[in-house]
Amino acid sequence: MNHQPIVAHIPGLRRYARALTGDVWAADDLVQDTLERACSRWRLWSAGTDLRAWLFTLMHNLFIGQVRQGLTRAKLVPTVDLDDVEHELHAPDTSTDFAIDLQRCLLRLPDEQRVVLLLVTMEDMAYEQVAKITGTPIGTVMSRLSRARERLRELMDESREPSVTRVAANPTPVLRRMK
Amino acid sequence: MTKSMNADDMHSLVDQLEPEEQRRVIESLTPQDPQAAQTVAAWSKQRVELSSLHLDALKEPIPSSLLQAANRASDLQLALERHWRHVGVAASVLLAFGVGWISHGQLSNQPESSIALAKGRMEHEFVRQAGFAHSVYMPEKRHPVEVAASEQDHLVQWLSKRVGKPLKIPKLSAMGYELVGGRLLPGESGARAQFMFQNEQGSRITLYLGAINPQTDSANETGFRYEAGGVAPSFYWTDQGVGYALTGQVDRERLMAIATLVYQQL
Repeated sequence: MNHQPIVAHIPGLRRYARALTGDVWAADDLVQDTLERACSRWRLWSAGTDLRAWLFTLMHNLFIGQVRQGLTRAKLVPTVDLDDVEHELHAPDTSTDFAIDLQRCLLRLPDEQRVVLLLVTMEDMAYEQVAKITGTPIGTVMSRLSRARERLRELMDESREPSVTRVAANPTPVLRRMK
Repeated sequence: MTKSMNADDMHSLVDQLEPEEQRRVIESLTPQDPQAAQTVAAWSKQRVELSSLHLDALKEPIPSSLLQAANRASDLQLALERHWRHVGVAASVLLAFGVGWISHGQLSNQPESSIALAKGRMEHEFVRQAGFAHSVYMPEKRHPVEVAASEQDHLVQWLSKRVGKPLKIPKLSAMGYELVGGRLLPGESGARAQFMFQNEQGSRITLYLGAINPQTDSANETGFRYEAGGVAPSFYWTDQGVGYALTGQVDRERLMAIATLVYQQL
Protein backbone atom coordinates (compact mmCIF):
# COMPACT_ATOMS: atom_id res chain seq x y z
CA MET A 1 0.00 0.00 0.00
CA ASN A 2 1.19 3.46 -0.83
CA HIS A 3 1.48 5.25 2.48
CA GLN A 4 2.67 8.50 1.03
CA PRO A 5 0.04 11.10 1.79
CA ILE A 6 -1.77 12.75 -1.08
CA VAL A 7 -0.12 16.05 -0.21
CA ALA A 8 3.24 14.55 -1.21
CA HIS A 9 1.94 14.07 -4.74
CA ILE A 10 0.78 17.65 -5.25
CA PRO A 11 4.12 19.11 -6.42
CA GLY A 12 4.49 16.39 -9.05
CA LEU A 13 0.90 16.81 -10.22
CA ARG A 14 1.32 20.59 -10.47
CA ARG A 15 4.48 20.24 -12.49
CA TYR A 16 2.97 17.75 -14.91
CA ALA A 17 -0.19 19.83 -15.26
CA ARG A 18 1.91 22.90 -15.97
CA ALA A 19 3.71 21.16 -18.81
CA LEU A 20 0.40 19.76 -20.05
CA THR A 21 -1.51 23.05 -20.08
CA GLY A 22 1.37 25.50 -20.38
CA ASP A 23 -0.22 27.72 -17.79
CA VAL A 24 0.26 28.00 -14.04
CA TRP A 25 -3.37 28.86 -13.27
CA ALA A 26 -4.93 26.34 -15.62
CA ALA A 27 -2.56 23.74 -14.19
CA ASP A 28 -3.52 24.44 -10.59
CA ASP A 29 -7.20 24.36 -11.57
CA LEU A 30 -6.62 20.94 -13.07
CA VAL A 31 -4.85 19.75 -9.90
CA GLN A 32 -7.69 21.15 -7.81
CA ASP A 33 -10.27 19.28 -9.92
CA THR A 34 -8.16 16.13 -9.63
CA LEU A 35 -8.08 16.34 -5.84
CA GLU A 36 -11.82 17.04 -5.69
CA ARG A 37 -12.43 13.99 -7.82
CA ALA A 38 -10.14 11.96 -5.60
CA CYS A 39 -12.41 12.93 -2.70
CA SER A 40 -15.58 11.90 -4.48
CA ARG A 41 -14.15 8.68 -5.89
CA TRP A 42 -12.10 7.67 -2.91
CA ARG A 43 -13.94 4.40 -2.48
CA LEU A 44 -13.04 3.39 -6.01
CA TRP A 45 -9.38 3.52 -5.19
CA SER A 46 -8.36 0.04 -4.11
CA ALA A 47 -5.82 0.06 -1.35
CA GLY A 48 -2.57 -1.51 -2.39
CA THR A 49 -2.60 0.02 -5.84
CA ASP A 50 -0.36 2.88 -6.81
CA LEU A 51 -1.80 6.15 -5.47
CA ARG A 52 0.32 8.24 -7.82
CA ALA A 53 -0.85 6.32 -10.88
CA TRP A 54 -4.45 6.66 -9.69
CA LEU A 55 -4.14 10.43 -9.28
CA PHE A 56 -2.55 10.74 -12.70
CA THR A 57 -5.37 8.69 -14.18
CA LEU A 58 -7.95 10.99 -12.61
CA MET A 59 -6.09 14.00 -13.93
CA HIS A 60 -5.74 12.50 -17.37
CA ASN A 61 -9.47 11.81 -17.61
CA LEU A 62 -10.29 15.34 -16.48
CA PHE A 63 -7.87 16.83 -18.97
CA ILE A 64 -9.18 14.74 -21.85
CA GLY A 65 -12.70 15.71 -20.82
CA GLN A 66 -11.74 19.37 -21.06
CA VAL A 67 -10.10 18.80 -24.43
CA ARG A 68 -13.19 17.06 -25.77
CA GLN A 69 -15.43 19.88 -24.62
CA GLY A 70 -13.08 22.36 -26.18
CA LEU A 71 -12.49 23.82 -22.74
CA THR A 72 -8.77 23.29 -22.75
CA ARG A 73 -6.99 26.49 -22.11
CA ALA A 74 -3.78 25.15 -23.62
CA LYS A 75 -4.68 26.80 -26.91
CA LEU A 76 -5.37 30.13 -25.26
CA VAL A 77 -2.56 30.11 -22.81
CA PRO A 78 0.28 31.21 -25.11
CA THR A 79 -1.47 34.54 -25.48
CA VAL A 80 -0.58 35.13 -21.87
CA ASP A 81 2.82 33.55 -22.18
CA LEU A 82 3.81 35.47 -25.26
CA ASP A 83 3.87 38.69 -23.29
CA ASP A 84 6.47 37.07 -21.15
CA VAL A 85 8.25 35.77 -24.20
CA GLU A 86 8.62 39.28 -25.55
CA HIS A 87 10.52 40.24 -22.41
CA GLU A 88 12.37 36.98 -22.16
CA LEU A 89 13.66 37.24 -25.70
CA HIS A 90 15.88 40.07 -24.56
CA ALA A 91 16.57 38.63 -21.15
CA PRO A 92 20.03 37.23 -20.49
CA ASP A 93 18.68 34.12 -18.77
CA THR A 94 19.03 31.58 -21.55
CA SER A 95 17.74 28.69 -19.47
CA THR A 96 14.38 30.44 -18.99
CA ASP A 97 14.41 31.24 -22.68
CA PHE A 98 14.94 27.64 -23.50
CA ALA A 99 12.21 26.46 -21.12
CA ILE A 100 9.71 28.82 -22.73
CA ASP A 101 10.67 27.54 -26.18
CA LEU A 102 10.33 23.96 -25.07
CA GLN A 103 6.95 24.62 -23.48
CA ARG A 104 5.74 26.43 -26.57
CA CYS A 105 6.75 23.55 -28.81
CA LEU A 106 5.15 21.06 -26.42
CA LEU A 107 1.85 22.90 -26.73
CA ARG A 108 2.00 22.57 -30.48
CA LEU A 109 1.96 18.78 -30.19
CA PRO A 110 -1.44 17.10 -30.39
CA ASP A 111 -2.79 16.64 -26.84
CA GLU A 112 -2.63 12.85 -26.86
CA GLN A 113 1.00 12.93 -28.02
CA ARG A 114 1.99 15.51 -25.41
CA VAL A 115 0.39 13.40 -22.67
CA VAL A 116 2.34 10.27 -23.59
CA LEU A 117 5.63 12.11 -24.04
CA LEU A 118 5.35 13.86 -20.67
CA LEU A 119 4.32 10.76 -18.76
CA VAL A 120 7.27 8.84 -20.19
CA THR A 121 9.95 11.52 -19.88
CA MET A 122 8.97 14.03 -17.21
CA GLU A 123 7.23 11.45 -15.01
CA ASP A 124 9.51 8.56 -15.92
CA MET A 125 6.64 6.11 -16.17
CA ALA A 126 6.80 2.68 -17.77
CA TYR A 127 5.01 2.29 -21.11
CA GLU A 128 2.54 -0.18 -19.58
CA GLN A 129 1.66 2.32 -16.88
CA VAL A 130 1.13 5.05 -19.46
CA ALA A 131 -1.14 2.67 -21.37
CA LYS A 132 -3.18 2.09 -18.20
CA ILE A 133 -3.41 5.77 -17.30
CA THR A 134 -4.45 6.83 -20.78
CA GLY A 135 -6.64 3.79 -21.32
CA THR A 136 -5.02 3.00 -24.67
CA PRO A 137 -3.30 -0.12 -26.00
CA ILE A 138 0.46 -0.19 -25.59
CA GLY A 139 0.93 -0.13 -29.37
CA THR A 140 -0.88 3.20 -29.51
CA VAL A 141 1.29 4.53 -26.70
CA MET A 142 4.44 3.58 -28.61
CA SER A 143 3.32 5.11 -31.89
CA ARG A 144 2.22 8.32 -30.15
CA LEU A 145 5.56 8.44 -28.41
CA SER A 146 7.37 8.08 -31.74
CA ARG A 147 5.34 10.81 -33.36
CA ALA A 148 5.68 13.10 -30.35
CA ARG A 149 9.44 12.70 -30.20
CA GLU A 150 9.93 13.30 -33.89
CA ARG A 151 7.56 16.24 -34.03
CA LEU A 152 9.06 17.91 -30.98
CA ARG A 153 12.50 17.39 -32.44
CA GLU A 154 11.46 19.21 -35.63
CA LEU A 155 9.79 22.02 -33.73
CA MET A 156 12.76 22.51 -31.44
CA ASP A 157 15.18 22.47 -34.38
CA GLU A 158 13.13 25.20 -36.00
CA SER A 159 13.03 27.23 -32.82
CA ARG A 160 16.78 26.93 -32.38
CA GLU A 161 17.21 29.15 -35.41
CA PRO A 162 17.99 32.81 -34.61
CA SER A 163 15.22 34.29 -32.52
CA VAL A 164 14.35 37.18 -34.87
CA THR A 165 13.57 34.91 -37.80
CA ARG A 166 12.10 32.37 -35.46
CA VAL A 167 9.17 34.50 -34.42
CA ALA A 168 8.64 35.74 -37.95
CA ALA A 169 9.13 32.41 -39.63
CA ASN A 170 7.03 30.32 -37.28
CA PRO A 171 4.05 32.37 -36.30
CA THR A 172 1.75 30.29 -34.21
CA PRO A 173 -1.98 30.77 -34.69
CA VAL A 174 -1.92 32.47 -31.34
CA LEU A 175 0.61 35.01 -32.51
CA ARG A 176 -1.58 35.85 -35.42
CA ARG A 177 -4.52 36.26 -33.13
CA MET A 178 -2.62 38.77 -31.07
CA LYS A 179 -1.73 40.97 -34.00
CA MET B 1 15.20 3.59 -38.87
CA THR B 2 16.64 0.33 -40.02
CA LYS B 3 15.85 -3.32 -39.75
CA SER B 4 18.47 -3.70 -37.06
CA MET B 5 16.83 -1.21 -34.74
CA ASN B 6 13.14 -0.39 -34.68
CA ALA B 7 11.42 2.52 -32.97
CA ASP B 8 10.49 0.48 -29.89
CA ASP B 9 14.14 -0.47 -29.39
CA MET B 10 15.15 3.14 -29.63
CA HIS B 11 12.51 4.23 -27.10
CA SER B 12 13.65 1.57 -24.65
CA LEU B 13 17.23 2.68 -25.14
CA VAL B 14 16.36 6.28 -24.36
CA ASP B 15 13.95 5.60 -21.50
CA GLN B 16 15.52 2.65 -19.75
CA LEU B 17 19.27 2.90 -20.04
CA GLU B 18 21.54 5.00 -17.88
CA PRO B 19 23.09 7.98 -19.72
CA GLU B 20 26.51 6.27 -19.62
CA GLU B 21 25.20 3.17 -21.35
CA GLN B 22 23.22 5.27 -23.81
CA ARG B 23 26.38 7.05 -24.89
CA ARG B 24 28.13 3.74 -25.39
CA VAL B 25 25.29 2.34 -27.50
CA ILE B 26 25.08 5.50 -29.60
CA GLU B 27 28.83 5.36 -30.23
CA SER B 28 28.77 1.74 -31.32
CA LEU B 29 25.65 2.32 -33.40
CA THR B 30 27.02 5.31 -35.32
CA PRO B 31 29.17 3.47 -37.92
CA GLN B 32 26.57 0.88 -38.89
CA ASP B 33 23.42 3.03 -38.62
CA PRO B 34 24.22 6.72 -38.32
CA GLN B 35 20.60 7.76 -38.73
CA ALA B 36 19.38 5.62 -35.84
CA ALA B 37 22.30 6.81 -33.73
CA GLN B 38 21.32 10.40 -34.44
CA THR B 39 17.70 9.80 -33.57
CA VAL B 40 18.59 8.10 -30.31
CA ALA B 41 20.95 10.94 -29.43
CA ALA B 42 18.28 13.56 -30.20
CA TRP B 43 15.58 11.76 -28.22
CA SER B 44 17.95 11.24 -25.35
CA LYS B 45 18.77 14.96 -25.24
CA GLN B 46 15.07 15.75 -25.47
CA ARG B 47 14.35 13.48 -22.53
CA VAL B 48 16.91 15.26 -20.39
CA GLU B 49 15.46 18.63 -21.39
CA LEU B 50 11.89 17.58 -20.62
CA SER B 51 12.81 16.10 -17.28
CA SER B 52 14.27 19.42 -16.21
CA LEU B 53 11.25 21.45 -17.35
CA HIS B 54 9.22 23.23 -14.64
CA LEU B 55 11.38 21.85 -11.86
CA ASP B 56 10.59 25.03 -9.94
CA ALA B 57 7.00 23.82 -9.61
CA LEU B 58 8.28 21.10 -7.27
CA LYS B 59 9.68 23.63 -4.82
CA GLU B 60 6.91 26.21 -4.81
CA PRO B 61 4.72 26.45 -1.72
CA ILE B 62 1.45 24.61 -2.27
CA PRO B 63 -1.62 26.90 -2.53
CA SER B 64 -3.96 26.51 0.42
CA SER B 65 -6.92 25.53 -1.77
CA LEU B 66 -4.95 22.54 -3.02
CA LEU B 67 -3.81 21.66 0.48
CA GLN B 68 -7.39 21.72 1.72
CA ALA B 69 -8.59 19.45 -1.06
CA ALA B 70 -5.70 17.06 -0.43
CA ASN B 71 -6.42 16.98 3.28
CA ARG B 72 -10.05 16.21 2.62
CA ALA B 73 -9.03 13.30 0.42
CA SER B 74 -6.53 12.14 3.03
CA ASP B 75 -9.18 12.20 5.74
CA LEU B 76 -11.39 10.01 3.58
CA GLN B 77 -8.47 7.70 2.93
CA LEU B 78 -7.74 7.41 6.64
CA ALA B 79 -11.38 6.76 7.44
CA LEU B 80 -11.47 4.00 4.87
CA GLU B 81 -8.21 2.44 6.07
CA ARG B 82 -9.42 2.65 9.65
CA HIS B 83 -12.57 0.90 8.58
CA TRP B 84 -10.68 -2.01 7.06
CA ARG B 85 -8.28 -2.10 9.96
CA HIS B 86 -11.22 -2.17 12.32
CA VAL B 87 -12.71 -5.11 10.47
CA GLY B 88 -9.35 -6.85 10.64
CA VAL B 89 -8.78 -6.14 14.32
CA ALA B 90 -12.31 -7.07 15.26
CA ALA B 91 -11.88 -10.31 13.39
CA SER B 92 -8.59 -11.20 15.01
CA VAL B 93 -9.85 -10.29 18.49
CA LEU B 94 -12.86 -12.49 17.94
CA LEU B 95 -10.58 -15.12 16.53
CA ALA B 96 -8.46 -15.14 19.67
CA PHE B 97 -11.56 -15.05 21.80
CA GLY B 98 -13.21 -17.75 19.75
CA VAL B 99 -10.30 -20.13 19.96
CA GLY B 100 -10.10 -19.55 23.69
CA TRP B 101 -13.80 -19.95 24.12
CA ILE B 102 -13.99 -23.17 22.16
CA SER B 103 -11.10 -24.75 24.01
CA HIS B 104 -12.49 -23.47 27.29
CA GLY B 105 -15.84 -25.03 26.48
CA GLN B 106 -14.24 -28.30 25.57
CA LEU B 107 -12.00 -28.46 28.61
CA SER B 108 -14.20 -27.28 31.44
CA ASN B 109 -17.47 -28.43 29.95
CA GLN B 110 -19.14 -25.78 32.11
CA PRO B 111 -20.37 -23.01 29.86
CA GLU B 112 -21.57 -19.74 31.35
CA SER B 113 -25.21 -20.28 30.44
CA SER B 114 -27.51 -22.63 28.66
CA ILE B 115 -28.08 -20.11 25.87
CA ALA B 116 -24.39 -19.97 25.24
CA LEU B 117 -24.31 -23.73 25.30
CA ALA B 118 -27.12 -24.01 22.78
CA LYS B 119 -25.53 -21.38 20.63
CA GLY B 120 -22.16 -22.98 20.89
CA ARG B 121 -23.58 -26.39 20.03
CA MET B 122 -25.48 -24.98 17.08
CA GLU B 123 -22.41 -23.22 15.75
CA HIS B 124 -20.27 -26.23 16.29
CA GLU B 125 -22.80 -28.35 14.49
CA PHE B 126 -22.96 -25.89 11.61
CA VAL B 127 -19.20 -25.90 11.25
CA ARG B 128 -19.08 -29.67 11.58
CA GLN B 129 -21.59 -30.05 8.75
CA ALA B 130 -19.67 -27.54 6.68
CA GLY B 131 -16.49 -29.53 7.24
CA PHE B 132 -18.27 -32.74 6.39
CA ALA B 133 -19.66 -31.30 3.15
CA HIS B 134 -16.24 -29.95 2.36
CA SER B 135 -14.56 -33.30 2.82
CA VAL B 136 -17.18 -35.04 0.70
CA TYR B 137 -17.19 -32.75 -2.32
CA MET B 138 -13.77 -31.16 -2.23
CA PRO B 139 -11.93 -34.21 -3.69
CA GLU B 140 -14.70 -34.92 -6.21
CA LYS B 141 -13.26 -34.85 -9.72
CA ARG B 142 -16.27 -35.40 -11.91
CA HIS B 143 -19.09 -33.75 -10.02
CA PRO B 144 -17.68 -31.30 -7.50
CA VAL B 145 -20.65 -28.99 -8.02
CA GLU B 146 -24.28 -29.23 -9.09
CA VAL B 147 -24.38 -25.95 -10.96
CA ALA B 148 -21.23 -24.72 -12.64
CA ALA B 149 -19.78 -21.25 -12.29
CA SER B 150 -20.68 -20.53 -15.91
CA GLU B 151 -24.32 -20.43 -14.83
CA GLN B 152 -23.71 -18.04 -11.98
CA ASP B 153 -26.94 -16.07 -12.26
CA HIS B 154 -28.98 -19.19 -12.38
CA LEU B 155 -26.97 -20.64 -9.50
CA VAL B 156 -27.55 -17.64 -7.26
CA GLN B 157 -31.23 -17.52 -8.04
CA TRP B 158 -31.70 -21.20 -7.53
CA LEU B 159 -29.75 -21.42 -4.29
CA SER B 160 -31.34 -18.24 -2.90
CA LYS B 161 -34.75 -19.73 -3.46
CA ARG B 162 -33.84 -23.01 -1.82
CA VAL B 163 -32.04 -21.49 1.15
CA GLY B 164 -34.76 -18.88 1.56
CA LYS B 165 -32.38 -15.90 1.73
CA PRO B 166 -31.04 -13.70 -1.01
CA LEU B 167 -27.51 -14.94 -1.60
CA LYS B 168 -24.52 -13.39 -3.23
CA ILE B 169 -21.41 -15.12 -4.50
CA PRO B 170 -18.24 -13.40 -3.33
CA LYS B 171 -15.41 -12.81 -5.76
CA LEU B 172 -12.19 -14.27 -4.41
CA SER B 173 -9.97 -13.75 -7.42
CA ALA B 174 -7.98 -11.21 -5.38
CA MET B 175 -6.83 -14.18 -3.31
CA GLY B 176 -6.31 -16.36 -6.36
CA TYR B 177 -9.53 -18.37 -6.11
CA GLU B 178 -12.12 -18.74 -8.84
CA LEU B 179 -15.63 -20.06 -8.46
CA VAL B 180 -16.11 -23.67 -9.52
CA GLY B 181 -19.81 -23.75 -8.76
CA GLY B 182 -22.30 -24.54 -6.07
CA ARG B 183 -24.59 -27.19 -4.70
CA LEU B 184 -27.55 -27.49 -2.41
CA LEU B 185 -27.30 -29.57 0.75
CA PRO B 186 -29.68 -30.53 3.52
CA GLY B 187 -29.00 -28.93 6.89
CA GLU B 188 -30.31 -29.20 10.40
CA SER B 189 -32.49 -26.11 10.11
CA GLY B 190 -33.16 -25.99 6.38
CA ALA B 191 -31.30 -25.99 3.14
CA ARG B 192 -27.64 -25.08 2.96
CA ALA B 193 -25.64 -23.91 0.00
CA GLN B 194 -22.05 -24.75 -0.71
CA PHE B 195 -19.90 -22.70 -3.05
CA MET B 196 -16.64 -24.18 -4.16
CA PHE B 197 -13.60 -22.15 -5.20
CA GLN B 198 -10.36 -23.37 -6.65
CA ASN B 199 -6.98 -21.71 -7.14
CA GLU B 200 -4.43 -22.27 -9.89
CA GLN B 201 -2.73 -25.02 -7.93
CA GLY B 202 -6.04 -26.88 -7.81
CA SER B 203 -6.48 -26.34 -4.09
CA ARG B 204 -10.14 -26.01 -3.17
CA ILE B 205 -11.97 -24.11 -0.47
CA THR B 206 -15.68 -24.15 0.22
CA LEU B 207 -18.07 -21.55 1.53
CA TYR B 208 -20.96 -23.18 3.31
CA LEU B 209 -23.94 -21.09 4.26
CA GLY B 210 -27.52 -21.24 5.36
CA ALA B 211 -30.22 -19.57 7.41
CA ILE B 212 -29.74 -20.22 11.09
CA ASN B 213 -32.31 -21.10 13.64
CA PRO B 214 -33.28 -17.79 15.22
CA GLN B 215 -34.23 -19.46 18.51
CA THR B 216 -30.77 -20.60 19.35
CA ASP B 217 -28.96 -17.83 17.64
CA SER B 218 -31.12 -14.90 18.87
CA ALA B 219 -30.11 -13.14 15.61
CA ASN B 220 -26.94 -11.80 17.13
CA GLU B 221 -24.13 -11.34 14.73
CA THR B 222 -21.07 -13.33 15.54
CA GLY B 223 -17.52 -12.38 14.72
CA PHE B 224 -15.12 -14.75 13.04
CA ARG B 225 -14.54 -17.96 14.90
CA TYR B 226 -11.83 -20.40 14.00
CA GLU B 227 -12.19 -24.13 14.27
CA ALA B 228 -9.32 -26.40 13.37
CA GLY B 229 -10.59 -29.55 15.03
CA GLY B 230 -12.61 -30.95 12.14
CA VAL B 231 -11.60 -32.45 8.83
CA ALA B 232 -10.25 -29.10 7.66
CA PRO B 233 -9.86 -25.73 9.36
CA SER B 234 -12.86 -23.40 9.18
CA PHE B 235 -13.78 -19.85 9.88
CA TYR B 236 -17.32 -19.42 11.01
CA TRP B 237 -19.43 -16.31 11.41
CA THR B 238 -23.02 -15.17 11.18
CA ASP B 239 -24.46 -12.12 9.55
CA GLN B 240 -28.11 -11.10 9.25
CA GLY B 241 -29.52 -14.48 10.08
CA VAL B 242 -27.18 -16.40 7.79
CA GLY B 243 -24.38 -18.59 9.04
CA TYR B 244 -21.20 -18.90 7.04
CA ALA B 245 -18.36 -21.38 7.27
CA LEU B 246 -15.30 -21.06 5.10
CA THR B 247 -13.37 -24.30 5.02
CA GLY B 248 -10.13 -25.34 3.42
CA GLN B 249 -6.68 -26.78 3.97
CA VAL B 250 -5.14 -23.35 4.10
CA ASP B 251 -3.04 -21.82 6.83
CA ARG B 252 -4.90 -19.73 9.36
CA GLU B 253 -3.77 -16.27 8.24
CA ARG B 254 -4.65 -16.97 4.66
CA LEU B 255 -8.01 -18.49 5.49
CA MET B 256 -8.64 -15.47 7.71
CA ALA B 257 -7.80 -13.13 4.83
CA ILE B 258 -10.17 -14.98 2.50
CA ALA B 259 -12.91 -14.97 5.14
CA THR B 260 -12.44 -11.22 5.53
CA LEU B 261 -12.78 -10.81 1.78
CA VAL B 262 -15.98 -12.85 1.78
CA TYR B 263 -17.35 -10.90 4.73
CA GLN B 264 -16.68 -7.59 3.01
CA GLN B 265 -18.66 -8.64 -0.03
CA LEU B 266 -21.70 -10.25 1.51
